[in-house]
Amino acid sequence: MLRIAQGRVYDPANGVDGDVRDVCLNGGKVVEELPSHAPRIDARGMIVMPGGVDIHSHIAGPKVNAARKLAPEEHRADPLDRTAIMRSGTGGTVPSTFTTGYRYALLGYTTVVDAATPPLAARHTLAELRDTPIVDAAFLVLMGNNLPMFELIRDAGPDGAGPVTEAVAWWLEATGGYGVKLVNPGGVEMWKHGNRNVTSLDDEVEGLGVTPRRVLEAIATSVDELGLPHPVHVHCNNLGVAGNWRTTLDTLDTLQGRRAHLAHLQFHAYGGTPGKRPRSRAPELAEHLDAHPEHSADVGQVMFGPATTITADAPVSARLREITGGKWVNADLEAETGCGIVPFAYRERNYVHALQWAIGLELFLLSRDPWRVVLSTDHPNGGSFLSYPRLIRLLMDREFRNEQIDRVNQKAIRRTVLRDRLEREYTLGEIAIITRAGPARLLGLADKGHLGVGADADVTVYGEHEDREQMFATPRYVIKGGRVIVEDGELREAPAGDLLRVEADHDEAIERTLRPLFEEHYSVQFANYPVREPWLLEPARRIPARRDGSGR
Amino acid sequence: MPLTLTLREPPTVPLETEGLSPDRLATRRRGEIEALTVWHGNRRAQLADFFAVSGNGGEELRVEGDLRRVKFLGAGMTDGRLTVAGDAGMHTGADMRGGELVVEGDVGDFAGVNMHGGRLVVEGSAGHQLGGAHPGERAGMRGGEILVHGDAGDQVGTGLRRGLIAVAGRVGDAAGLRMLAGTIVALGGLGAPPGAAMRRGTIVAMSHVTLLPTFAFACSYRPPFLRLYLRHLRALGLPLTDDQIEGRYARWCGDGLELRRGEILILEAGR
Repeated sequence: MLRIAQGRVYDPANGVDGDVRDVCLNGGKVVEELPSHAPRIDARGMIVMPGGVDIHSHIAGPKVNAARKLAPEEHRADPLDRTAIMRSGTGGTVPSTFTTGYRYALLGYTTVVDAATPPLAARHTLAELRDTPIVDAAFLVLMGNNLPMFELIRDAGPDGAGPVTEAVAWWLEATGGYGVKLVNPGGVEMWKHGNRNVTSLDDEVEGLGVTPRRVLEAIATSVDELGLPHPVHVHCNNLGVAGNWRTTLDTLDTLQGRRAHLAHLQFHAYGGTPGKRPRSRAPELAEHLDAHPEHSADVGQVMFGPATTITADAPVSARLREITGGKWVNADLEAETGCGIVPFAYRERNYVHALQWAIGLELFLLSRDPWRVVLSTDHPNGGSFLSYPRLIRLLMDREFRNEQIDRVNQKAIRRTVLRDRLEREYTLGEIAIITRAGPARLLGLADKGHLGVGADADVTVYGEHEDREQMFATPRYVIKGGRVIVEDGELREAPAGDLLRVEADHDEAIERTLRPLFEEHYSVQFANYPVREPWLLEPARRIPARRDGSGR
Repeated sequence: MPLTLTLREPPTVPLETEGLSPDRLATRRRGEIEALTVWHGNRRAQLADFFAVSGNGGEELRVEGDLRRVKFLGAGMTDGRLTVAGDAGMHTGADMRGGELVVEGDVGDFAGVNMHGGRLVVEGSAGHQLGGAHPGERAGMRGGEILVHGDAGDQVGTGLRRGLIAVAGRVGDAAGLRMLAGTIVALGGLGAPPGAAMRRGTIVAMSHVTLLPTFAFACSYRPPFLRLYLRHLRALGLPLTDDQIEGRYARWCGDGLELRRGEILILEAGR
């Protein structure tokens, strides 16, 4: 039992905007009332919000681990000693598993979604999530460059998804995943055919009879048919290419009428012509999103300083490597996807980097519906999750933002509308939407991101501070599942978090279709492929899909 | 008598002594020095658990005993003089920024790694990665001088960005790997293949060297700067002959897979 007494509560999902009231927690849930003798936290003068929810991050699995191995110099610079509560570990842009859990919690985040796991690597991701304490975690399963899936999509024809729908549900069950991720659908497979890519939604994936558009349509239809809690999560084609905003719009048009979430929209909002200097097309994309309530996005803000680009979009990594001339991992996950990793640094004076930074801010400031344009840095691609507090300050503090705008490459700023008319300052209520309520709603996590009766007892209490960066960097209290995890900015205990996985039924008959495809394409026996190990899958909270369509 | 630390007996597992440098000990009292933290494997310990402290502070520090398992001697030192009486372990003089560190015996691997300034003198031989880079770092040594009177192991000057490494004896394989600039002088032979992936900088050899095919012959000449360098090294006690100082050198440019702005200078016989 715990009463968080008399704080200013921001719970936008329940229409609470800074009202002074008590939040009562019991049995890991928010409850209506508690007896007066219940232990209490005196939150007078403090800000109370639900625990943070990160909709798009990279925290586990072989790609993250490869990024760790690639950067021993980061570990030397940021070692963590063991304490009575914490295990030892390393920080940097890609922290070790335990450190990832501790640092997310110390930032007031209690739920994190790893946005890209190849199904073959599900065991690895699950094992690392087990070692990522405190936060509840889910992962999205990559399906956009999967050879058996391509065959199913090709044979399904333009109408109904049929076997594709069953296969999507089968794959989620086989991996313990939460939702479906598409990364540069078709393009990664083309890259594996020898340094090629797709450049439009109608380019055929050579020899496979599908196009990016067909893949998008089939998978998005399947996800909707299954009524998965989270819509299809799309990393569009042509990431980072000047002029790619047309591809992004085309993707949104293709998915019209179906639910879809676009990942790291900033990286897909560039005007200009390929090979030339990009410019901003954020206003056009923000407008389009506003008009389509079935679509949403996270921003993928770039923050100046060190980053590590980790992506299944291997051809993008190859281009980044040409820029840095440094370390690079390029991997092939047989029938499923590719992977690229390049350490990177964003610099204020660099035209492209400054433009990327500015486009992210434009997307935030132009979006009229904070519920559908939510915060991310695509950790660690645009910057570490540790930079969220600074990003929040950029959104909340116009004066600070204008100072920062003056520091960066001015040619880039002139290619945006930041200077002209973006006087907006986010309110605390809006910050609560883009960092917890919005992501939780988009993920379909009914118990997360709000403080209504029955919600999970995940609460963050911030000390009121004029400097919003400082305020959001060091919460006074973080409560997870009703337990006080952080007190006065220090970790008090580090219990395990839950695995969040979806529960979507499938027709067992799909296995008869999949088995021969596996034998043709995979090095792994079909029977050995699904994750069954209880220590990886349990305990887990299962979030049901609503196949009757009521999930929308 | 300078401040002297005497190792009582060799530690069973490596002892890490980061911060044991003359500049940091100069102003401390005996008790403070004895209480300094050292790491014995993964256990925290005090300096006095392993060393006897004698003599007075000042800008000179002497460390004695069988120090082959003692790592990071003089790491990060910025000033003063540190003498190691005998052999020293790995990472001796790592991240050094100034002062002089003299090892009267051999040093282990990674000596002078990521060095920024000062002078490291090894009277015996050095291990691998002399003046190299920390794992994962693009650039290695960025300044200062390393003089070795004996031989040196493989990958001398990996990622070298600035500074001078001179070895009187033989230098192992892959010297100047990925070097960015700076100078490596090998008086007693050079393993293969030197300067792989070098962008700029100079490697000097006094005898035949097997080069990578990505190095191209440029000319034969008497580089004026080299005379200055070699005279300087002779003044510091390396055995350089007049023929080496005044001689003609064949200049090979490479690595052609990178910028091709680096050079390997090979002394031509009989001129």
